[in-house]
Amino acid sequence: MKIALIGLGFVGRGVAEMITKKDLGLTITGIADSKSGAMDPRGLDIPALLAHKKTLGYCGDPNLSSLDIIDKADYDALVEVSPTNALSGEPAIGYIRAALARKKHVVTSNKGPIALANKELRATACENNVALRYEATVAGAIPIMHTLEQGLAGNDILALYGVLNGTCNYILTRMADEGLTYEQALMEAREMGYAEADPTYDVKGIDAAIKLVILANTIWGNGVTLKDVDCTGIDLLTPDALRLAETDGCTIRLIAEAIPRKHILRVSPRIIEKSHPLVVNGTLNALTLETDMAKEITLIGRGAGSIETASAIIGDLLYIKDRYDGRA
Amino acid sequence: MKLEMKDSPGQLVAALKPISDVGGNIIAVIHQREPGPDHGTLEVQIVLELPEGRVEMLVGLLKEQGVYIQRIGEQRLLYKRTVILIGHLMHTDLSDTVDQVDSTGFAEVSELAMSMPAVKERSSSRLTIKSVTKEDMEAALTILRRVSQQKSLLLIEPLEEIA
Repeated sequence: MKIALIGLGFVGRGVAEMITKKDLGLTITGIADSKSGAMDPRGLDIPALLAHKKTLGYCGDPNLSSLDIIDKADYDALVEVSPTNALSGEPAIGYIRAALARKKHVVTSNKGPIALANKELRATACENNVALRYEATVAGAIPIMHTLEQGLAGNDILALYGVLNGTCNYILTRMADEGLTYEQALMEAREMGYAEADPTYDVKGIDAAIKLVILANTIWGNGVTLKDVDCTGIDLLTPDALRLAETDGCTIRLIAEAIPRKHILRVSPRIIEKSHPLVVNGTLNALTLETDMAKEITLIGRGAGSIETASAIIGDLLYIKDRYDGRA
Repeated sequence: MKLEMKDSPGQLVAALKPISDVGGNIIAVIHQREPGPDHGTLEVQIVLELPEGRVEMLVGLLKEQGVYIQRIGEQRLLYKRTVILIGHLMHTDLSDTVDQVDSTGFAEVSELAMSMPAVKERSSSRLTIKSVTKEDMEAALTILRRVSQQKSLLLIEPLEEIA
């Protein structure tokens, strides 16, 4: 199957490297970063392009844009991993629309488009009889979408609870374990590369809320948006609060929670027993699904990372390859 | 509950053990050393807390011990939730915050632990609330949510047991 890869940052590099390294039946025929593009229907020389990018700062021909690659390259599936804009979703929404219009499958790790335009994009994909998959948007390497779609097919999902932001979980773990203040733990997270220079999206719970919106729309198709999430962050927590929770054998974690029957859609710091399966340490993510037949299922894994995210994207690509084989 | 048992050594212990076996908590044991109506039996009244739905199990275990239950008194279910409040708790009148829950009459703050750092810093406290029914607990938490919002306090609720 031929792949066009848009975005060559942290995640894009991981995808390019893994596709090149592993014999998966995937060939990259188009590639674009923010400054340039390259295409070759017989397959691009990825190691050369990555080396080129390392020395020059861009990978291909500066006269080719991302949209040029999407519109002109010969490919079956677009991998869209350009930087996320959670407010407008652009330019990624435009990229995805353009690929779907050409009847190309789309796989993305980009939360913006899926949180903002999921319904429209899914409808377009459906009309064109192609797939739109976004396993990598929520909880990194954890195969939550595959679990929902295949493993738990036929189940009613009654509720979901998740630790969906690794930055917050790292900060809370360090505050609980070492008695650090919020400010100290945040500074440490930055030094470790777990927190952005502007950590607002993470610590205010917005990133977790966006992922909750994506999950809710995927599971229940209820059309909820970020505005519908009752969102409280972790930036006002004190080490004392964590110590007080500790005396009862509990701790505090940022929990994203959706319970449609109770009209609950919330991200908030919660007191939770330390032995609860959702209490994971460091930057790990975790998700508990409550279903009618399977009852409770908890998935734990890495929520970020270049190769970890590539795992989710490649999983989507190979699903499409299997499912649409013969016509792809 | 009021129990009747044989007046012989070890019988009282035998009657109390099942209570802890089902996870109960004995609040009071009233033991009158007067002979019962039937000779050779002993009457004991026990006030206890039991986790929800364990009464039947306890009754079964007591019967196995040969203990006769004369009467089970009023069942008061007890719900307990622990929350944490962070903010300027003293400046926003913590006793008023507690009163607002207590004044409902159906729920009360039964424990309060607090830590206060430097004067101008935000303080943190842990409140344990008890109520008779689940609905009362939900109502108490609703009040606490409203008060927290009014007083700009951060309320951290427990993650409810997944049902």
